[in-house]
Amino acid sequence: MMDMVELFGVHVSLQPIWLTLKVAGMTTLVLLLLGTPLAWWMARMQSSFKIVLEALVALPLVLPPTVLGFYMLIALNPNGLFTQFLRVFGFEGQLTFSFTGLVIGSVFYSLPFAVQPLMHAFEAIPNRLLDASATLRANVLDRFFTVVLPLAQRGFLVAMTLTFAHTVGEFGVVLMVGGNVPEVTRMVSIAIFDHVESLEYAEAHLLSGMMLVFSVVVLMLVYGINRRFGVKVG
Amino acid sequence: MSAPLSAFADTLNAAVAANFTKTIEEIGLGFKAKTGHEVKFAFGPTGKLYAQIKNGAPFDLFFAADTAKPEALLKEDLVKKDSYFVYARGVLALYSPTLPVKSDYKAVLEKAEFNHLSIANPKTAPYGQAAEAVMSKLGVYDTVKPKIVNGESIAHAFQYVQTGNAELGFVALSQLVDPQSPAYHKGQYWLPAQDMYAPIDQAAVILKKAENNPVAQQFMDYLRSDEGRKVIERYGYSIP
Repeated sequence: MMDMVELFGVHVSLQPIWLTLKVAGMTTLVLLLLGTPLAWWMARMQSSFKIVLEALVALPLVLPPTVLGFYMLIALNPNGLFTQFLRVFGFEGQLTFSFTGLVIGSVFYSLPFAVQPLMHAFEAIPNRLLDASATLRANVLDRFFTVVLPLAQRGFLVAMTLTFAHTVGEFGVVLMVGGNVPEVTRMVSIAIFDHVESLEYAEAHLLSGMMLVFSVVVLMLVYGINRRFGVKVG
Repeated sequence: MSAPLSAFADTLNAAVAANFTKTIEEIGLGFKAKTGHEVKFAFGPTGKLYAQIKNGAPFDLFFAADTAKPEALLKEDLVKKDSYFVYARGVLALYSPTLPVKSDYKAVLEKAEFNHLSIANPKTAPYGQAAEAVMSKLGVYDTVKPKIVNGESIAHAFQYVQTGNAELGFVALSQLVDPQSPAYHKGQYWLPAQDMYAPIDQAAVILKKAENNPVAQQFMDYLRSDEGRKVIERYGYSIP
């Protein structure tokens, strides 16, 4: 049975909250691993192809999430290209209606929130610093951990908090890709939608209140990071 | 040609459950041609529309996808007296582009050799409750249950099947008989007998704001006329 709790006299299941945190955490991790090289590549890019990449990365900011979700539904379906591609590596399951599908959807949905802050942080690192460390025989990894990481610290913190928070608030994509399977793909935003649709306003208020408090805290964190670190590189 | 009575033409605002979009748009056109009055439609999930109305959204008419929300408005005294009526009854269909559900629905459901069957979320959508009832009646609910995915509306349930993410699903007949539907004449469907599930009644009301607006009543009368009924039935609904 789902773990029900009573808060302020209202019974709600906490399952969607745990699931949401898990999806958001995993999405943040994946975007950190994929977004960092992508952002670095874009930050150092001289050609005008950069404009194309920037536009593509920003797409989830503009497209309605349900549109993105509908495309994902087509792309991730069992006979879709993406699934066929994974089959080559022995993947046997189905992406839609699964945790993996939620994470893939969220990675696309939250892409700009990870890549944009990282790219701006990387752009602010002067080439001469990297050149200088290279002349000191620091290899690529050394340079990343001793020069780039400390200088782009703020970018990383902002990227992580925004990615995490944005994924928590996701609705359209998870609605389409997830299939609202209890305990598997029912995230908080969908649980709230369900409560509103079934006129269970007390439950909806409780979950919405939690989301509201969480969002304010995260945003304060982001602005706090911005203020504390100020303009870092110059 | 200009519409007759255009000097007195009025504009109504109606909140309409998303599943009824095409049907009511066509009825709206017929109504305009006949009377010169225009009805503007806002489409959305019934619960959301209900919440908007409750919080003062300026709608004259409300067409819900169930009876619960109009009844709730009735209790809250936000509705014109005696304006409540059931305007359409949804017809449930088990649809699959690939499986022989028309002839062999029972075997298909009993064997459950598919990965996913989509239904509308039973918690929020009458079509979902109807789907569960039919599966229970057939004695296959427990077998199929682990494979059920919930669309947030009957439109999502349909999309899951249409995009191949679920092999079959309980959808609305109205989604299959529309010539513009991607499922039109593709695959098979089975219509469970209507006594296998509680009627999927969709109710409408005239809201307090339009209490004294004769055009609101006129539109409801037109919807219930032969002309209106014909359109509703053509789109795969029955009328109680």
